[in-house]
Amino acid sequence: MSLTFDGVTCARGGRVLFTELSFMVPAGGALMVLGPNGVGKSSLVRVAAGLLAPVAGQVERPERLALAGEAAALDAELPLAKALGFWAAIDGRGDAVAAALGAMALADLVQVPVRLLSTGQRKRAALARVIASGAALWLLDEPANGLDAAATRLLEAAIAAHRAGGGAVLVATHVPVAVPDAQELRL
Amino acid sequence: MSGFAGIAWRELRRAWASGGVLLPVAFFLLVTILFPFAVGPDPALLGRIAGGVLWSAALLAALLPVERLVGPDLEAGVLDQLAVRGLPDAMVALAKIAGHWLGFGPPLIAASVIAAGLLGMPGEALARTMLALAIGTPGLAALAVATGALTAGLRGAGAIAGLVMLPLALPLLIFGVGEGPGALKLLGAVSLLLLAGAPFVAGAAMRVGRE
Repeated sequence: MSLTFDGVTCARGGRVLFTELSFMVPAGGALMVLGPNGVGKSSLVRVAAGLLAPVAGQVERPERLALAGEAAALDAELPLAKALGFWAAIDGRGDAVAAALGAMALADLVQVPVRLLSTGQRKRAALARVIASGAALWLLDEPANGLDAAATRLLEAAIAAHRAGGGAVLVATHVPVAVPDAQELRL
Repeated sequence: MSGFAGIAWRELRRAWASGGVLLPVAFFLLVTILFPFAVGPDPALLGRIAGGVLWSAALLAALLPVERLVGPDLEAGVLDQLAVRGLPDAMVALAKIAGHWLGFGPPLIAASVIAAGLLGMPGEALARTMLALAIGTPGLAALAVATGALTAGLRGAGAIAGLVMLPLALPLLIFGVGEGPGALKLLGAVSLLLLAGAPFVAGAAMRVGRE
């Protein structure tokens, strides 16, 4: 299953952000959505996730997808492992958390409450949730925001591993993230 | 169903983390204590109005946490994450109601024993009020979550929540303190109506809030 946009138009607050947008991200494929701040990248991600209804057009998406949005959506007072465990339990993937934390180099921080994590660490935790979800499609909104160079390498490696396993990914970013053979969409 | 239990449990845990059962119970008792100061220490009068006092105090205690029920989850992206997992909004709201009730309903019913002692309430009246609270507090919890969802993201949400919630809670108050078995049945009907309707109202409000 893949992500398909067919003639999608999106407007927010009376302002049209993009019109008649069509693309397909096949299994194993990647789409980079590029452009300056405020151009509609986040809205495109929310339309792809089904959180925002497009004004016109059709969106086809797989049943299971994982979203890393602007907010981490992790309970601040909980230790990192438990905060991620809440989502993993809903996904039925409790056993995948440890490996995902390892992939984002967070294994040493599992007992640390989320509120004490730095911006970059919190971002990595949100990405670990995406990795642990096991969903076929990843929707990443500014995944490299707040990440240092080493963490960005981890992100790129995680995306590559996901695609090698037949997963698709959509990355909306204004900072460079190396995703080989990705389609590019400039808004 | 794991999603439902998980969300309800999370709600209960968050209630504990932000003051535990202590906060609503202390507030409930404090409001109860205010009445003897306001109307005077006449035991006969206090015994007669005790049922109404307990219900008013319960209503105010239920209003206390409304702001933190839905608003913070909307802001933190938790509602987004639940939605992309395909969990229906009404189900999420119902789980929140269940968790919220567990956090404040039973402690309040237990605390009404202390409040009754403070007001010199007869045992029979206390038993009836506890039964009425057991029937009515689920409706109050449903109303609180719906109000929390409707006011999520607004500035001054707490004050607006009071204006939205208190008038709608009036039927619970009226039948909660009402005499006779008919009042309890009507209280049950109102509570069920709120429980049945609130998840859909809250769900729709959360959906609008996400857009």
